[in-house]
Amino acid sequence: MGFAALFLRDLRLVWRRPGDVAVVLAFFVVATVLFPLGIGPESNLLARIAAGVLWAAALFASMLSLDRLFAADYEDGALDLLLLAPWPLELAALAKCAAHWGVTGLPLAVLAPLIGAAFGLDDRSLLVLALTLLVGTPALSLIGGLAAALTLGARRSGALLALLVLPLCVPTLIFGASAIEATATGEGFWVHLTILGALALVSLATLPWAIAAALRQAGE
Amino acid sequence: MAALHFLANPARFRRFSQRVLPALWSVTALALAIGLYWGLVIAPPDYQQGDTVRIMFLHVPTASLSMAGYLLLAALGASLLVWRHPLAALMARATAPVGATYAAVCLITGSLWGRPMWGTFWVWDARLTSFLLLFFLYLGHIALNRAYDDPERGDRAAAILAVVGAINVPIIKFSVDWWNTLHQPDSIMRIGGPSIDPSLLWPLFWMMGALALLFVALVLVRTETEIDRRRLEIAENEG
Amino acid sequence: MTTALLEVSGLACRRGGRRVFDGLSFTVAGGELLALTGRNGSGKTTLLRALALLVPPVAGMIRWQGQDVRADRENWCTRLAWLGHLDGLKGDLTAAENIAIAQRLRGQPADLDLIDSALSAFDLSALKDRAVRTLSAGQRRRVALARIAASRASLWLLDEPLNALDGPAQKALHEVLARHRAAGGLAIAATHAPLDGARTFELGI
Repeated sequence: MGFAALFLRDLRLVWRRPGDVAVVLAFFVVATVLFPLGIGPESNLLARIAAGVLWAAALFASMLSLDRLFAADYEDGALDLLLLAPWPLELAALAKCAAHWGVTGLPLAVLAPLIGAAFGLDDRSLLVLALTLLVGTPALSLIGGLAAALTLGARRSGALLALLVLPLCVPTLIFGASAIEATATGEGFWVHLTILGALALVSLATLPWAIAAALRQAGE
Repeated sequence: MAALHFLANPARFRRFSQRVLPALWSVTALALAIGLYWGLVIAPPDYQQGDTVRIMFLHVPTASLSMAGYLLLAALGASLLVWRHPLAALMARATAPVGATYAAVCLITGSLWGRPMWGTFWVWDARLTSFLLLFFLYLGHIALNRAYDDPERGDRAAAILAVVGAINVPIIKFSVDWWNTLHQPDSIMRIGGPSIDPSLLWPLFWMMGALALLFVALVLVRTETEIDRRRLEIAENEG
Repeated sequence: MTTALLEVSGLACRRGGRRVFDGLSFTVAGGELLALTGRNGSGKTTLLRALALLVPPVAGMIRWQGQDVRADRENWCTRLAWLGHLDGLKGDLTAAENIAIAQRLRGQPADLDLIDSALSAFDLSALKDRAVRTLSAGQRRRVALARIAASRASLWLLDEPLNALDGPAQKALHEVLARHRAAGGLAIAATHAPLDGARTFELGI
């Protein structure tokens, strides 16, 4: 009940200001397009680096929208209403992260294969790219959600957020990108995808509690 | 556990550390002197690596101790979050920079070692990369700890980060090892295990102990400073 | 006079190692309005936040109908309506949407009749479909108060409810508070201005 209300509220807020999401997706496209321009149009090289570039860009793009995730509620006082809701704060944290994933991770998973095609990835790799982003980005939203909650009210919160998020995101990045490379070299990608799924589940099982703890101490 | 609760009181802790520290410093200095002489002078050069192997006497202990330091940070964080021990917060503040320094020493010695071995200062070796990430975790902890106007908020935020980070350390290690075997199947810097010669192993253990003593001594001294600093802040706020 | 519903005994809070207040004890009965007064920094907001369990007290007990409220936080939260010094409104949502979402976040279905009557009590009927970011500070405060009035909570915790309100709006607040109390509700307000029919509790030295 409360979970759905909060999830839908956040989606509605994004719907009222679609520009915020559009900027994140545009950043993703622009950042990835810079690589062929910087490295040169040689298609073998581009296809080889595509997996890493697209995953790293997806990580940066989902981080870009994170600093407002809880900060907006913190600044207008709506966070107090979440802290005082008569249902677990862990669910509220999960609802916020799910909404964040719905407006960044999900569109990125849809958008990435289009750019991957421009990098010269084959069809099978494109499919795996979309799959890994679909499975891996929830973990990015949760890790980012924790960093966003921890930096509420901190000085220089933007740069701090990046410093906190990046080391924690490394496993997701490694298995996401290596799944695509494994496909390209003809190995199976299922092992990588399974580990990626396991990472997302571990995040799902632990991080809502940590985010809730961080939000509570921000409310004190 | 009882001892921990007893020491949780900052004033009692201060009396305890003031009694222990002079002796601890002497033992640490002696242990370090013996360890360095043993490792740098007495121990024989490696038949393959020659004298460069002596970097190991700093590199390996700082690696293990910076890892252990992060676990200590997580344990202090958990005790702050669960029991709200005021001393745990101050001790975490004292521990993080020491651990970060150890991680930095591990990285620097690793890259100095890499120069004669690989011909370059940095190689994306599994161990160096995971310690680089551990160093970043430390930096994040230090930065978050000091990012608030209210120091207690910084303490609690950093405590949550330390606990989550400690859960992630093995996952990061596993993923970096995986990534490394995927891209470069053989690592040159394989130290440890049964292959190492006892004439090198014993000074290595000794240095491990000496550097652990140094870690403890530095944490105790810095904790005393943090206690004084916090008292001063409170006094300023009230006066 | 009914018996005390809310009992606070020996409550103490600390912030940044500094004592904010110590050994606070008071009771509030059904239909009562308690006005917390005191200098800036005397701990009015901290006391309200402690009552809402947002700030953990270092000592003391808060009881509702004889039960420790910390034993069942969720049940306690269903009885509370909270107005902080920030309005807690989303600028991109309309006034009516904001109140409806606050009701749903409290785990209740949105009650449109209740929302309409709360909005009209604060003379906001004409503004109910305007995005909150287009309203003035006083109008936003009135929307936040309408949210409290539409909350169905028995204890209202209000931090400076009269802030930014003009004469008619203050009168509306007094009427809404009187109706809440007549229905047996309680309210605790941190305030500098006098509130009609309030019992005063002074904080600080």
